[in-house]
Amino acid sequence: MNFREFLKQNIVILDGGMGTLLQERGLQPGESPERWNISHPDVITAIHQSYYDSGSNVVNTNTFGANCLHFDEIELEEIIREAVDNAKKAAALSTATHEKYVALDIGPTGRLLKPMGDLDFEEAVSVFAKTVQLGVKYGVDLIMIETMNDSYETKAALLAAKENSDLPVLVSNAYSENEKLMTGASPAAMVAMLEGMGADAIGVNCSFGPDKLAPIVREYLRFASVPVMLKPNAGLPHSENGRTLYDVFPDVFSDITAGLVADGVRVAGGCCGTTPDYIKALCDKIAVSVPSVTPKHDTIISSYTTAVRFGNDPVLIGERINPTGKKRLKEALRNNELDYILGEGLKQQSAGAKVLDVNVGLPEIDEPAMLTKVVYELQAVSDLPLQIDTSDPVAMEKALRIYNGKALINSVNGKQESMEAIFPLMKKYGGVAVALTLDESGIPDTVEGRVAIAKKIIDTAAAYGIDKKDLIFDTLAMAVSADKNAAKLTLGSLHKIRHELGVHTSLGVSNISFGLPQRDIVNAAFFALALENGLSAAIMNPFFAEMMKTYYSFRVLKGLDDNCSDYIAFAESVQNNVTVSKTGAADKADDTLSLSNAVIKGLKDQAARLCVELLKNTEPLTVVRDHIIPALDTVGREYEQGRVYLPGLLMSAEAAKYAFEEIKARMSSDSGKDKCAFVIATVKGDIHDIGKNIVKLLLENYGFAVSDLGKDVDPELIVEETVRLHAPLVGLSALMTTTVPAMEETIKQLRISSPWAKVVVGGAVMTKEYADSIGADKYAKDAMDTVRYAEAVNDTLQ
Amino acid sequence: MIRTAIFDPPAWDRAEIMRYARIRGADDSYRDLIDECIREAESVLSYRVCYATEDIQRDNELICFGNIETTSQTIKKAIGNSQQVLVFAATVGAPFDRLLQRYSLLSPSKALILQAIGAERVESLCDAFCAQANRDLTVSKKRLTRRVSPGYGDIPLDMQRDIFALLDCPRKIGLTLDESLLMSPSKSVTAICGITAEEITEQAKCAECDKTDCIYRQ
Repeated sequence: MNFREFLKQNIVILDGGMGTLLQERGLQPGESPERWNISHPDVITAIHQSYYDSGSNVVNTNTFGANCLHFDEIELEEIIREAVDNAKKAAALSTATHEKYVALDIGPTGRLLKPMGDLDFEEAVSVFAKTVQLGVKYGVDLIMIETMNDSYETKAALLAAKENSDLPVLVSNAYSENEKLMTGASPAAMVAMLEGMGADAIGVNCSFGPDKLAPIVREYLRFASVPVMLKPNAGLPHSENGRTLYDVFPDVFSDITAGLVADGVRVAGGCCGTTPDYIKALCDKIAVSVPSVTPKHDTIISSYTTAVRFGNDPVLIGERINPTGKKRLKEALRNNELDYILGEGLKQQSAGAKVLDVNVGLPEIDEPAMLTKVVYELQAVSDLPLQIDTSDPVAMEKALRIYNGKALINSVNGKQESMEAIFPLMKKYGGVAVALTLDESGIPDTVEGRVAIAKKIIDTAAAYGIDKKDLIFDTLAMAVSADKNAAKLTLGSLHKIRHELGVHTSLGVSNISFGLPQRDIVNAAFFALALENGLSAAIMNPFFAEMMKTYYSFRVLKGLDDNCSDYIAFAESVQNNVTVSKTGAADKADDTLSLSNAVIKGLKDQAARLCVELLKNTEPLTVVRDHIIPALDTVGREYEQGRVYLPGLLMSAEAAKYAFEEIKARMSSDSGKDKCAFVIATVKGDIHDIGKNIVKLLLENYGFAVSDLGKDVDPELIVEETVRLHAPLVGLSALMTTTVPAMEETIKQLRISSPWAKVVVGGAVMTKEYADSIGADKYAKDAMDTVRYAEAVNDTLQ
Repeated sequence: MIRTAIFDPPAWDRAEIMRYARIRGADDSYRDLIDECIREAESVLSYRVCYATEDIQRDNELICFGNIETTSQTIKKAIGNSQQVLVFAATVGAPFDRLLQRYSLLSPSKALILQAIGAERVESLCDAFCAQANRDLTVSKKRLTRRVSPGYGDIPLDMQRDIFALLDCPRKIGLTLDESLLMSPSKSVTAICGITAEEITEQAKCAECDKTDCIYRQ
């Protein structure tokens, strides 16, 4: 029987610990256990055999760290070949009569993925792919991805397994004491992502004994529609007379684990500290009856940490990252101002959005590249799930691939072409799709017509193996100003689809008021009606106070807000009139404050407000020249004289930035940047960028056209951008001695391709001498020093 | 044997935060900013340590313990005549790096303070861990010498690779090492202490350090 069939009908018993047994047999601290496949095949085979003999259906090959980051190609192949051989030999030698399988064991790489670490997502996929290909080549029965403590790396491993084999894949994560992965994911978020990607069984291993893992595994049982696995440690280790002992013994271990099997766990074994005795005790206690795996019907999306469930409590999807009708965002997209775009996302999060829509479609930009970049950067700073919004299937696939979680997909519709493009992507990467009730013949003008399209979409999805729980229907809000029955039709379809087809719903609420004055009034009323008719999610602007009032009132009235606490907090913010404060923190009003003083004191909201006031009767450039720059100069001088500390300088710079945003909103793009181009980056291999961002902020304030290439940047990219802009100035930052050679290499390449550019360097390890020795033009001791140097260079260009 | 420990939040040391932020001696004007940053950091910080005790073998200038062989004078001086070393890795966790990253984009002034908070937190965690280890050692009438880390003095930074192999840091506490020998999460420390039965005279942390031009020197 192949493993997939076996898993359907049986409780699967896994093996127990390997590392602890190898240490008892002489593995030294820091020594590679994988090499023992070659040097001590008999030891490895004997351990595997004892697990089979004790009742294990599956043993894991001794390949936890066998990947091409740790071993060269030849040795890696040898290790995996021998490891599989050792396990197969053990299966043959074992006299046990039960089904026996060999799993290719895959553990984490030990590196953290970008952007928090330095391992690229696609590189991680290809690292795992090599191991998978070798496992397949030497004939394993299944793949076991285990002890993963980061969601992104787990995704890379599962993707590699799926793309390089048809074998069953079991995925197991290691949780911390706070019942989350080390990088923050909750069990519900992991279930959503892994199940969506088609894992055959999912679960938890390592970390603790079965008692402490019980609450986590119960979360899995609550949400998972696939078999759940559990492979706990034998408790926690301690040392007695030089021997490592664990504090949960086989009897207690097997009691608790068998109890969890009775509650629904279908795949069970042991991890660190467990031995064949534990597995034998477990087998003895597991009942004959096989618990069934019940399908769950929750509609869930996830970020790298958090699951968002669609239900009676409406979900707000922030719509602000969409260039349609937004001049400033268009400019930001064209100029690659990622921090502006990310800022828009984070502001919506503070305003109450639970999901962020991401749409970067502009005719003149490379949408697949930009969408991927924004999704990648946004998910590094926000823990909200994202709604990926594009009509380009290529952009959609790229974004879904690098998305760290289970995304909301915007959108699919009843057209054959649309479903053929989107459903295969959902099947591969997981996701919940917003399905629009329109098809080749347009938008039906009857409720029945829209419901019929919904049914067609559900049926077609089912043919792809996609459950209707992963579809959210949008019955399309159309302008009531054009058709007086538009709202009735939308709401009627919504009601039927939600309550008769039993699926969730979403609307772009504000479309309803198109063409009417005072749109907020109609929007808020329509929103309330839609919620009452079963709206599960709304795509909207969380800064629209009227909509937010409806949202919080609805939740109170429907008993969704315990102790009315969310409403009360909201009401207080309305009273203080700070609902639409874009910073999330309101400064105290002070009528005597001037813009210059607000900048000097670092009061962001005040600076923005006073700037708006001034702009009513002052030219933008005059505001910059006479108010903002003198204030910055004052603070800058005080900083240089040691009277103001760096955080003070930065608070002023941030306040100035808020003022500049108001000015930008009123000027044609790029004006105000009256100084030369400045390319800035943290060099290859270095992932620290706080210092670089400080320098960038000040340079922008002083009017330089800064092109920020980010951190860990290849020398070639820096050269390319410098040449493209013919930039007179390049700023390079390095924090570690180990990355200074990358800085030197970058300077060397710049000298060849862009000899006109002056290179200024800085960072924790830099000194004047160091800078001279690698050929920089200038060592800047701090951000102000860089500004002064840049101004001097700029002056020579005039 | 590698063991892991999870600590409760150590007491906050604002003077240290101000020292790391290089605003030592500033008036009260940063109080609100620091308070705000502490509040946000608290919910994402965790305090994890993994550690192992290893016997020392000496061969002339060579000092060996676990998988590590070194001729570092800094280590030699720090551990004195100890017969064993305690090797440990401590981290305040990955979610804190996300917070830092977020403010690095939104508000560098907050990022700067958070950076200092991270440094203070991980040092306080190391202090709490060493204090605990010293309490555990009193039974055997031993104690820890001062701690030293790769990259400090003449200890090569690439000793990090050996420490990571010895302590299995990624698996035990989610701490990883990248190709540039940078640790992620960034607010993390690896260190080595001797375990000695000899009397140690207490000195202020900075007094024992040879780097007299250090900007953080107390």
